[in-house]
Amino acid sequence: MSWSETFRTAIEALLGRRMRSLLTMLGILIGIAAVMLTVGLGEGARHQITAEINKLGSNLLIVMPGSLSGGSAAAPGASSLTLADAALLSDPAVAPDVAGVAPVMGTRVSVQRGTESWSSTTTGTTVDWTDVRGRALVDGRFFTEVEQASAAQVAVLGPTVAGHLFEDSPAVGQEIVMSGQTFLVVGVLESVGANAMSNDDDLVVLPITTVAQRLVPPAMAGGLQSIYVAARDDASISSAHQQITRALTVNHGTTSADQDFSIMTFQALLTAMDTMTGVLTTLLAGLAGISLVVGGIGVMNIMLVSVTERVREIGLRKALGATPALIRRQFLVEAGILGLLGGALGVLLGITGALILTPLLDLQVTVSLPATALALAVSLGIGIIAGTYPASRAANLPPIDALRSDR
Amino acid sequence: MTALLRMSGVRKTYDTGAIQVEALRGIDLDVAEGDFVAIMGPSGSGKSTLMHILGCLDVPSAGTYELDGVDVSQMTETDLAEVRNRRIGFVFQQFNLLPSMTALRNVELPLVYAGVGKAERHERALDALGRVGLAERVHHRPGELSGGQQQRVSVARALVTDPALLLADEPTGNLDSVSTRDVLDLFHSLHDAGRTIVLITHEAEVAEEAHRVVRITDGLLSEGAHPEGAGAHA
Repeated sequence: MSWSETFRTAIEALLGRRMRSLLTMLGILIGIAAVMLTVGLGEGARHQITAEINKLGSNLLIVMPGSLSGGSAAAPGASSLTLADAALLSDPAVAPDVAGVAPVMGTRVSVQRGTESWSSTTTGTTVDWTDVRGRALVDGRFFTEVEQASAAQVAVLGPTVAGHLFEDSPAVGQEIVMSGQTFLVVGVLESVGANAMSNDDDLVVLPITTVAQRLVPPAMAGGLQSIYVAARDDASISSAHQQITRALTVNHGTTSADQDFSIMTFQALLTAMDTMTGVLTTLLAGLAGISLVVGGIGVMNIMLVSVTERVREIGLRKALGATPALIRRQFLVEAGILGLLGGALGVLLGITGALILTPLLDLQVTVSLPATALALAVSLGIGIIAGTYPASRAANLPPIDALRSDR
Repeated sequence: MTALLRMSGVRKTYDTGAIQVEALRGIDLDVAEGDFVAIMGPSGSGKSTLMHILGCLDVPSAGTYELDGVDVSQMTETDLAEVRNRRIGFVFQQFNLLPSMTALRNVELPLVYAGVGKAERHERALDALGRVGLAERVHHRPGELSGGQQQRVSVARALVTDPALLLADEPTGNLDSVSTRDVLDLFHSLHDAGRTIVLITHEAEVAEEAHRVVRITDGLLSEGAHPEGAGAHA
């Protein structure tokens, strides 16, 4: 008997019991769709997190005062990081893998324009800030070296601040008031959106000198909130990390035991988030996978019923010359088709679900080609495994038992 | 005439746990090529068991059985399947046609298992259906045919592989008298054409159609002389 005959017979048998075949496939169909959607959602979430962290700058290091491990706490109000530290890190001889440095001195402030008022944060920094943070402007310009040197009263607004104070009218060229002093708006930043960690759109960027001299109390003026450092590229993050640590430890006259600063990289965050979403995805896919096993058991059940029902047919086929191997093949192919077809329908359902969920969750639900191929292979495998025992039963049925006329 | 099948000392014992049932207790039977033999016996006589062994659907517990010069008494199920496919054509009481298939495809079935290609299969099945007088009904399903016609289809299926032996198990048991006559006439014409036929029945009238009648009682054979002598229907 040729394979094509085996397939033809199997398909006819399945079509002869259309409703039952469909119901049998349902278990595998749902299982495959569930696994595909969970994995797709996980992949989508992972991509989104990666994209957001990359937006913050995957080559970014943030040096912060104080030790995360709680070694030596700096005196309250005073920061262990100074402009001298920032200058040191900018020196290529000290930290060759550092591409840009942007010290930040910030404070919370109420921004006013006429009767409009908005509470925001100021970011006093240097002209390198746009490069280090990878920010662009939608309108106007960033402040200049000259303005920075002269502590000029100029401000660059984050889109949230601009939106609240100026709504749709252009902000550039207008004046705002902070702490009773007037500032000229020279530019508006492009939005990067808010995320779980911070709102990078709600801020006012000023020259660091301006903040130090005009906005913070003199006692705090020497200390920095943080120093943003851009490594040359993603690969040089760890070497930049080491160079910064060495330079600051020496500069502060501390040892690694009483280090008074800490360095955060998004790379580490990225890895942690990646691991977390990975674990979560695996867990959920595993749960969905259980329904696949249940689906497989369903196929086995129905195939067993089918063997019992078709005892006479099996007997007749044997009498006419079907060998046990051919009968086994017949039932395995039937189970395999059930599995594969269930899987294919599951893939279709999964893709449909992904298309529906993507706009609904505002999350790219990814259905990849390898995942689809794997899903089909798995469902075929489940069908064949589920069919093994029923097929064996059919193959080993004695022809005389199968032919008895009283059935 | 050479013996087409030869049984000697065939025994069949069923082990039902507590007791052993001896269905056949030493059967010696020769059937010559071209013969038309009826095996007659009441139910419980071992008739069905004998039919199973004759049809290579089962193997004897003891003794030998040669079919067409080949000893089949020790064969595996896989080898027996091939013997059934190549050398034996079955006709059953219940017709045993697959209801979802047309007459043509039912007749093609043994050729499918013999590995015959599509075109040749088709041609041979059409030819076999023509020989039983059903050329007009090849695309009908069993449900659309009368009992007699269904049994003709199964005779066509038995003939299509050109087997050495035609084995009919109560072929008229489910037929009315007209269809019975019909099928028996078909057997006669096949016999006249040189086929070897073994017919198993419990009805004396049917057995009388054969040229030789063998009776089986309690697992043993006794040769019965044909009441009207050989060739009465020739």
